[in-house]
Amino acid sequence: MSAPVSTVAVVGAGPAGTRAAEVLVRAGLRPVVLDEAPDNGGRIFQRPPPGFTRPYEALYGSVAPQARALHAAFDGLRGRVDYRPSTLAWHLRPGTLHTLSDGQAGQVDFAQAILCTGAMDRVVPLPGWTRPGVTTLGGAQIALKTQGCAIGRRVAFLGTGPLLWLVAMQYAKAGATVAAVLDTTPLATKARQAPALLAGGRAFLTGLRMMAWPRLHGVKVVEGATPLEITGTDGVDGLRYRGGGREHVLACDAVAMGWGLKPETQLADLAGVPFDFDLVQRLHLPRRNDAGRTPVVGIYLAGDGARIGGAELAELQGARAAWSVVEDRGLPLDLPEIARLDRAIAAQAGFRRALDLAFPYPHALAAEMPDATTLCRCEAVTAGELRAAAAPHDLNRAKALTRLGMGRCQGRVCGPPGAEVLAAALGCEVSEVGRLRGQWPVKPVPLSMAAE
Amino acid sequence: MSTPALATQQADVVIVGGGGAGCSAALHLAQRGARVVVLERGLVGSQASGVNYGGVRQQGRHPAELPIARRAHALWQRLPELLGTDCEFEVTGHLKLARDEAEEADLVAYLDVARVHGLRLRLIGRNSLHRDYPWLGPRVVAGSLAPDDGAANPRLLAPALARAAIAAGAQVLEGAEVLGLAHDGAGFVAEAAGTLFRAPWLLNCAGFWGGKIAATFGEPVPVSPMSPLMLVSEPVPWFIEPNLGVVGGNVYLRQIRRGNIIFGGGRGENDPAIPYARALPGPAMRAMRLASELVPALAGVQIIRSWTGIDGEMPDHLPVIGASATTPGLLHAFGFSGHGFQLGPAIGAILAELVFDGRTDLPLEPFAIGRFAGTTASTMGDGT
Repeated sequence: MSAPVSTVAVVGAGPAGTRAAEVLVRAGLRPVVLDEAPDNGGRIFQRPPPGFTRPYEALYGSVAPQARALHAAFDGLRGRVDYRPSTLAWHLRPGTLHTLSDGQAGQVDFAQAILCTGAMDRVVPLPGWTRPGVTTLGGAQIALKTQGCAIGRRVAFLGTGPLLWLVAMQYAKAGATVAAVLDTTPLATKARQAPALLAGGRAFLTGLRMMAWPRLHGVKVVEGATPLEITGTDGVDGLRYRGGGREHVLACDAVAMGWGLKPETQLADLAGVPFDFDLVQRLHLPRRNDAGRTPVVGIYLAGDGARIGGAELAELQGARAAWSVVEDRGLPLDLPEIARLDRAIAAQAGFRRALDLAFPYPHALAAEMPDATTLCRCEAVTAGELRAAAAPHDLNRAKALTRLGMGRCQGRVCGPPGAEVLAAALGCEVSEVGRLRGQWPVKPVPLSMAAE
Repeated sequence: MSTPALATQQADVVIVGGGGAGCSAALHLAQRGARVVVLERGLVGSQASGVNYGGVRQQGRHPAELPIARRAHALWQRLPELLGTDCEFEVTGHLKLARDEAEEADLVAYLDVARVHGLRLRLIGRNSLHRDYPWLGPRVVAGSLAPDDGAANPRLLAPALARAAIAAGAQVLEGAEVLGLAHDGAGFVAEAAGTLFRAPWLLNCAGFWGGKIAATFGEPVPVSPMSPLMLVSEPVPWFIEPNLGVVGGNVYLRQIRRGNIIFGGGRGENDPAIPYARALPGPAMRAMRLASELVPALAGVQIIRSWTGIDGEMPDHLPVIGASATTPGLLHAFGFSGHGFQLGPAIGAILAELVFDGRTDLPLEPFAIGRFAGTTASTMGDGT
């Protein structure tokens, strides 16, 4: 039942995974492509369910051409790859991916695996964030993309980064009322990166248009906002924040919030790839080189699952990592194409770094969250409880003592802000408290999957 | 220039290993006025005593262990007074289940062992069992309930013991790997954390790695690394009160009040040199099948995490406890073979008595290191 061990496995059928599979097929290979979702495209270019007829321009806006191209590329691979949608890879041991599909456990044996595991929203817990009606920016966008529905009638958008402005615009265009866009990054921080952001060319212009859109359409915009509390009785009735030196209350019935994205690094962790602390993104990230190789033989990384870089970079990295696999298998290479990819990847570096610096994770906001804030929502652990347990400089020990990160999400949400709270309480650098240890399953799996 | 001389610190007792046994020894020794230093490579409770199943069970133990388990049971009940926390210890009862007639015969046979040691047990036949525990699967034919047994949160025990030991005057050094260990004629010398610790007593509470210490002093034992694997589910409405075990021990299962099902069975993989340990999918899935056979309602429950750690396993599944056969002043307590969590608090008390009184009331002969005399290798293959 298991594939021969010469198999190349690609985990994830988003921008990176699609382009990786494309290169592998071109090299004469037939990769196994796993994706947790029922269809390809990844989160950014997620396809609507069958029967939905919204046009590409409505679904994907300014990146509709890229979405169309990626979907076409994937459709061209059908029949030439062993595509397994709705398949969760929940553990990786040397040479084997453990999977869940149709409620049954399975496995895929591989010689090489390209992990294109994508990203999830990065949040800063604040008082009231667990109220019904509060969603991540990505969640709010998925609701719109795949179900054509909004998370509320009058939605406040809170956070920082391109996604904040993009989703706010998409909501407004879809007919929802945008109560306000509250960006925690001051205008001056963004303006400082403008010269470097110019290198982004079209992407920069798209970004400027996105950020101008709410203002041009009479939507309230606050930059350098400090959120204080999401209020309400059953759901959400308002968002209290500080801006311009004063406290304000914004009336809304839903909040979409997010501070950029964080990579889904669990499989790389289980594979034994070493992690390094990234000073710009303030996260521990798996080590890999520009060609997608990791220090673990047979494990390659590409796209946002390794380090947040956006869809365009992910496509380049996916293709590049696949060429590394082709090279490591001793197959013929297209050297001009590889050189083109290397140049294109390198050309993005300055723009991506400026983007990271223009929309920084507000770590002080996380570190200073009030004691009563629910930091870990799965296990209902408050910031105060974590501070009270802050003894050794070790996030895992703090977890053992408080249950932080012990619930359904296994710290994927609360881990990074928890590290900020702990480091601040101990008066040390956030890199010094470490990161939560990874264990399988990557996501919850039913006990019944083991049935014979 | 020569390397700077290490600072020297004199103590009465140096304890290597900050698990349940080592931290409890530190507490009991410090309470009687000894100058105690615990040297722990990682953080206290990082391995076997901190990442186990959390069973606090006397039922089913080897008869030789029961006197220690009885003493430990008394200490568990006094944890709030000793440590200022109960470590989530709860007397839930331990229900050991039989799945066929041979297993049932095992339960019956153990009743006599329990009676000798004053352990209360109640045998429950098939009909009563399924009436009292209607969620049990049809394969279960009998059970033996130990009403005084229970479970606790393993992550809390060693840190709580360490805090109490420190409050009593002990020194507990974390991140202090022992780089050198010897007896120089006058006493023991341990190098760790940039310091030479000298003491007339050395307590080997180093779990699997205790084998290496024993070998250092000329008494190698056949200890192998073992990693019992654990799984935990998302929280579901609470319905399983007792801690469940089975004859043969291939699965064990309990539900904590907040709703999570914690269960285990089989072994994970490990590399003690790193140290690294992780649950293995194959044995874990077998444990899942066995768990849903015991409690069919679990089939739809979601597993959210797996874990394991490293313990030392002896060929006869009994720990090494007591005085060294080669080196006066050296006391061993290691190789608990996957069932030392409940014993930990008592082990510390016993070691303190051996140091201060030169004796203990509990029979330790079955645990003597001398039973392995003549062994040359310090490790052997996994003894599953």
